[in-house]
Amino acid sequence: MKNYLEFEKPLAEIEGKAEELRALARQNDEMDVEKEASALDAKAETLLKDLYADLSPWRKCQVARHPERPHCKDYIEALFTEYTPLAGDRNFADDHAVMGGLARLGDRSVVVIGHEKGHDTNTRIERNFGMARPEGYRKAVRLMDLAHRFNLPVVTLVDTPGAYPGKGAEERGQSEAIARSTQKCLEIGVPLVSVIIGEGGSGGAVAFATANRVAMLEHSIYSVISPEGCASILWKDAEKMREAAEALRLTAQDLHKLGVCDRIIKEPFGGAQRDPKAAIEAVGKAVEAILDDLSKLDGPALIKDRRQKYLDLGAQGLAA
Amino acid sequence: MNWISNYVRPRINSIFSRREVPENLWTKCPECGTMLFHRELSDNFNVCSNCDHHMAMSPRERFGALFDGGVFSEVQVPEPIADPLHFRDQKRYPDRMREARRTTGEKEAMLVAEGEMMRTPVVAACQDFSFMAGSMGMYVGNAIIAAAERAVQMRRPLVLFSAAGGARMQEGILSLMQMPRTTVAVEMLKEAGLPYIVVLTHPTTGGVTASYAMLGDLHIAEPNALICFAGPRVIEQTIREKLPEGFQRAEYLLDHGMLDRVTHRKDMKEELVTVIRMMMNMPPAIKGDLPAPEVEPEQPEPAETS
Ligand SMILES: [Zn+2]
Repeated sequence: MKNYLEFEKPLAEIEGKAEELRALARQNDEMDVEKEASALDAKAETLLKDLYADLSPWRKCQVARHPERPHCKDYIEALFTEYTPLAGDRNFADDHAVMGGLARLGDRSVVVIGHEKGHDTNTRIERNFGMARPEGYRKAVRLMDLAHRFNLPVVTLVDTPGAYPGKGAEERGQSEAIARSTQKCLEIGVPLVSVIIGEGGSGGAVAFATANRVAMLEHSIYSVISPEGCASILWKDAEKMREAAEALRLTAQDLHKLGVCDRIIKEPFGGAQRDPKAAIEAVGKAVEAILDDLSKLDGPALIKDRRQKYLDLGAQGLAA
Repeated sequence: MNWISNYVRPRINSIFSRREVPENLWTKCPECGTMLFHRELSDNFNVCSNCDHHMAMSPRERFGALFDGGVFSEVQVPEPIADPLHFRDQKRYPDRMREARRTTGEKEAMLVAEGEMMRTPVVAACQDFSFMAGSMGMYVGNAIIAAAERAVQMRRPLVLFSAAGGARMQEGILSLMQMPRTTVAVEMLKEAGLPYIVVLTHPTTGGVTASYAMLGDLHIAEPNALICFAGPRVIEQTIREKLPEGFQRAEYLLDHGMLDRVTHRKDMKEELVTVIRMMMNMPPAIKGDLPAPEVEPEQPEPAETS
């Protein structure tokens, strides 16, 4: 672990000390530090457990955005075989913020679509930090059409700060592109499963996540606006993001109570970033289970199921 | 339970009963500064007679000008639960709602009505920017679904006037979920083969633009209306450059292929009727200001037989 979040600083100190001790011991054969180092390890583990046992909504936002969290590309590489990326919206460009193509999940052929944020400076720029432009949504529409025609389930992996607020994106009809993608999600007669793996940012997320079943990783978030954006509008102070994160009720746990999230996928101890492999496996199992479940429904029933899910939302609120 | 079976008979409503004497007899045009007398302004559909600036129009004013004789029936909208998240920023959400209700005299940010425009039956929905910036929450979602269901039930077109700052943050994720919910409403109209016409008025932004406002069979905008997903300020902050003149305005969107037409408010009614009647294969309309249609006496419900 190289990247510690702000609230993990005490943990960084303890883990750092243990690491230092062990480094010293490697240089000096006489020293026996293992007992001391193990004690620090134990202390670190307890602290980690405490920190993650009850993450505040703002801390969840930070975990959801953790740079070492597995991203769409990691899930696709680990979970799917024969992934064949398909590019372009047949109109203007290929959007690298959106990955998508044909792939196999177990013995099923599927279409997989997702936002990819990138993992270092170059790839982040190439992926535009996971912020799609209109071409990204139009590529998704094209792939969903393909899935519908060949009767393939669609799996979407959602991880985006939101749509890209750029000049060209607006000129080329960002709004219309998002709206059409949401509409396409509602129209396809094949199972559509969506997993929020990190950040579900506003309309950019809805465009992929209007699904029969929406699963969320334990520490992922899904929100109408970023806490920072909400704070600057409603509190007139972007620094009030903690308060905004609380007020927005954007955690997987709250969204599950509201019926927006159908299933919470447990993350490995200390968050997906500490054990990406385990997180990816958990997502794979959940998606397969949901697809098994949905395979009982035919095309019209799937469309009806999806519509009803959204029509029914809002029947219950949250406790104060 | 389905909302059609829940449907409450519409109440007949006339704007005249609600029209109050404005507190200020004079309004200053925010564009050119001309002082406009209230009577002149309302006769001109709230458009500046000097510079053609289209000012805001409440849903009741709009329906009053659109429907024959200014008469329409309100379509009932199922009431959503209030304050589902117990949202509080610097104010409590219920307090903001109370304030909006007090200043507008309206229940929420959208009004749905049915009536006749030049003897053409329509269902119309109109968003109210003066009510919490027209924000799309559960009520607005319910209103659009109710409007679509009513249109399908009556086999009428739906004309929707959009105006909103976006989703209502105080309803959190449930406001965001109105994007797919209202899209379901659009699907109902599409399946029924009924025209769905969006009239985009100033301003239409955010999640509203990125859902039902951009899914019309026709998109007609009022002149100079701001129509966008991300607002110009956010974009300027992101790309760190000045945006061109007229960026994201109706005429700019027309040039970029996102709209069918930009139409002056004084021509809107006739244009809507003209296209609706063609889309629905009806003969041309009798034009001009028609009085309110004769209200036929309500046929009593037959007694339930088993
Ligand atoms: Zn003027």
